[in-house]
Amino acid sequence: MPLTVAIVHTLPEIILAAGALVLILIGAFAGERASGLVTWIAALALALALLSTFGGGASRTVLWSGALVDDAFARFMQMLALIGALASLIMAQDYLARERIDQFEFPILILLSTTGMMILISANNLIALYLGFELMSLALYVIAAFRRDDMRASEAGLKYFVLGALTSGMLLYGASLLYGFAGTVSLAGIAAAVHGHASIGVIFGLVFLMAGLAFKMSLAPFHMWTPDVYEGAPTPVTAFFAVAPKTAAVAITVRVVLTAFPGAVTEWRQIIVFISILSMAIGSFAAIGQSNIKRLLAYSSIGHMGFAMVGLAAGTAQGASGVLMYMTIYIAMTLGTFAGVLRMRVGGRYVEKISDLSGLARTSPVMALFLAIMMFSLAGIPPLAGFFAKWYVFNAAIQAHLYGLAVIGVLTSAVACFYYIRIVKIMYFDEAAPGFDAAAPGVDLVFVLSSLAVLVFWIFPGPIVASAQAAARSLF
Amino acid sequence: MFGFGILSGLVFLPLVGVAFLLTLRGEDEHTKRNARWAALITTLATFLLSLYAWSRFNPAISTFQLVESKHWLGNGLIYKLGVDGVSLPFVLLTTFLMPFCILASWETIDRRVKEYMIAFLVLETLMVGVFCALDLVLFYLFFEGGLIPMFLIIGIWGGPRRVYASFKFFLYTLVGSLLMLLAIMAMYGVAGTTDIVVLLHTHFPATMQRWLWLAFFASFAVKMPMWPVHTWLPDAHVEAPTAGSVILAGILLKMGGYGLIRFSLPMFPDASHTFAPLVFALSIIAIVYTSLVALVQEDMKKLIAYSSVAHMGFVTMGLFAMNQQGVQGAVFQMVSHGLVSGALFLCVGVVYDRTHTRSIAAYGGLVNRMPLYAVALMVFTLANVGLPGTSGFVGEFLTLVGAFGANSWVALLATTGVILSACYALYLYRRVIFGVLEKSALRSIPDLSSREIVLLLPLGLLVIYYGVHPGAILDMCAASVDHLIKSIHVAASMSKTAALAMR
Repeated sequence: MPLTVAIVHTLPEIILAAGALVLILIGAFAGERASGLVTWIAALALALALLSTFGGGASRTVLWSGALVDDAFARFMQMLALIGALASLIMAQDYLARERIDQFEFPILILLSTTGMMILISANNLIALYLGFELMSLALYVIAAFRRDDMRASEAGLKYFVLGALTSGMLLYGASLLYGFAGTVSLAGIAAAVHGHASIGVIFGLVFLMAGLAFKMSLAPFHMWTPDVYEGAPTPVTAFFAVAPKTAAVAITVRVVLTAFPGAVTEWRQIIVFISILSMAIGSFAAIGQSNIKRLLAYSSIGHMGFAMVGLAAGTAQGASGVLMYMTIYIAMTLGTFAGVLRMRVGGRYVEKISDLSGLARTSPVMALFLAIMMFSLAGIPPLAGFFAKWYVFNAAIQAHLYGLAVIGVLTSAVACFYYIRIVKIMYFDEAAPGFDAAAPGVDLVFVLSSLAVLVFWIFPGPIVASAQAAARSLF
Repeated sequence: MFGFGILSGLVFLPLVGVAFLLTLRGEDEHTKRNARWAALITTLATFLLSLYAWSRFNPAISTFQLVESKHWLGNGLIYKLGVDGVSLPFVLLTTFLMPFCILASWETIDRRVKEYMIAFLVLETLMVGVFCALDLVLFYLFFEGGLIPMFLIIGIWGGPRRVYASFKFFLYTLVGSLLMLLAIMAMYGVAGTTDIVVLLHTHFPATMQRWLWLAFFASFAVKMPMWPVHTWLPDAHVEAPTAGSVILAGILLKMGGYGLIRFSLPMFPDASHTFAPLVFALSIIAIVYTSLVALVQEDMKKLIAYSSVAHMGFVTMGLFAMNQQGVQGAVFQMVSHGLVSGALFLCVGVVYDRTHTRSIAAYGGLVNRMPLYAVALMVFTLANVGLPGTSGFVGEFLTLVGAFGANSWVALLATTGVILSACYALYLYRRVIFGVLEKSALRSIPDLSSREIVLLLPLGLLVIYYGVHPGAILDMCAASVDHLIKSIHVAASMSKTAALAMR
């Protein structure tokens, strides 16, 4: 394959990597005062990478000696991860400046981590998978503790790093087992090797691999870090954690189980069903008692990842497209909600107690309305987008005859509904707390756009559904 | 317009009012007045449009009319609207009651008026949508979407225990509907589409029918509400503002009955036959037990709420009699109950606005000060009791005749409910209206204002008109109900022959 073709098909990765290198130079020479410029160039690089994921149709190209693959699925998920990264970066700028942690390294770390995600999403063998995984994670560890003088942030970063390193090791161990028993690192090769009879070694490898990926998706029982990191990390970083790495991890999980283990469906389905049910239950019940909105959103995201896995458990093209729809809508909802959290600033200080939202409908009716839309959408109430997300994954599970999983899923979603509408109750029914300060334009932009997207999704859903289905078909 | 028909107009016209209301700013008197008038004009315009839809409707045809269909989500999920003789009465009931709700809140709602009106208009869109939708997912969208505005209406403008009531309302209804959602997915798996017209002609396997029936029943039984899942209703009614109670009793409860007619009976005929005894049993318990509970209530709204549960028992009983009289009677009973209970809640609202208590013990001897009110309340109380000559009688009578045709014991037991309803309703009337006026708070209580007369008079006239001329509603739904009964019996005999052939 000519080099130019390979470059064209890996444009997102190349743009981001080159952008990061250039920005390091700019930062090194210009120092701290360049942080604004660096942020905008980083945003530009992300936007360019986003543009380069458009088009391509149903073409599927294997690149770089089988390390990476460029297919509709990869482009779709890359698009989502890039949107998440871009929106978080836009929201972060104002926050970091106010908190006086606006060093030029931050956008660079975001870019590097996103580069890792791009590689992870389009990984076609275990080596590329691990490379992408580690590139993504190492940058994430640093930005988790980016507010290094803060106790909670340092604790969050350290906890994330120690647990992350452990699961990273598990993932690597799983990958080596797979290589040992299948004799190849390529996903297609593994599929050919395990076809029909998955040996015990392959199963072990699969389990360890899944453990590593589940950690990044914050799926129970590997979710312990989530509440602490969500609470401790700076809010825009939390927003970034909640969308981009999870998208990448979901993408590679879907790709691995569907393309490398189509012959071992019963084996991996057990794992997925188990972690899915556990995550949905923990996400629903543990969030009820939370008083910090970021911790609540942490448990909420654990639950949402569990719901997304319901679609994967189906193991069909329909299920895969359900996961893609779920992630698309999840990203819109999460970004909007975190933009709302970033708007919670009283007297120049950021607050994050749920009770700070009291009576928001009086002090700031528009924000209350949009945040209520987000809460109802997260709860999955129609006609908001969150309902369609659940429709697609549960529909796939029902068509795959996973009735037990679906019933448990909808019941936990009813439990989860309680804490979402409790926030609506606090905003609308309670007496007013002090009003919030005016927000930065970037935050408002993300807030309004994602709220509107969630609100009017049902009017014109056709194109998104169609492209998710096309992306899912490229895996089969 | 733009390829959309009257029904789309009907569904989305209230949203035009919402768009206008959203442009209003501020909390001053002027804004409030604008908001009220905008909401009233919107609901009146919607009502007029629904009358126009009615004039285009041909009651002789049993299939869906005014159908419009558009590409929506793809994969067999379409945007499809249409009405038949069963759904049109409910559409008209909804659009008819809405202006009354706005008028009833004219003076009583004084804070966050704009938001209140928006909530009601959104609710109208969703309610009309429920009755017009011809796609199951679209139906579900409207059905469940209605929870959001109602949750806010109870929670923001409700009474002291509004938070508890709104949560209970929301979560109860949600759990029921989620099971229905799974059933919808399973049906989609069989038919490959959620087009209701196609699903009406799809035969589901007998065991699957049972599960689907139960899942749908879980949702509709909560919504109706049927004993034993009725406990959210008294709480919601007591805490909701007057107009919220009117909508709750008048329309939201009817969605359950409508769902049973539209889905459970025709789509799962075998399961409906299997479970008919269960429904009969629950209906009789609802009729007798909740009537007895109503007898001992101290709160006027709670009493009417329990009486609603009892009256909905007649509806479910009539529906599962599965004959012409029973089903037509059930439709009639629902429309009639929508008018009567709505009017009763408005009547409670009238005295509540004056004294700010709903406790029955706080009243007595009102006839001395409020003769007009006494007359209005008497008309609606007697209609609630089911006095011949009022619409309440026709519905109860037809459902009882239908039940008698299916199972005479059921009819016998249910008839005791008619007697009990006379007991609690007349007892309430005596305690509130008659007796000596000795409470000091009532000495200077004014009679109905002209706004309240405008509210109650049309409802009273309609209740009597439908009582002496029930054909107005019965003819509208006759063809569709006839078609429904036939299709159920065809399906039943088919599965019977299949069972015989198996032997």
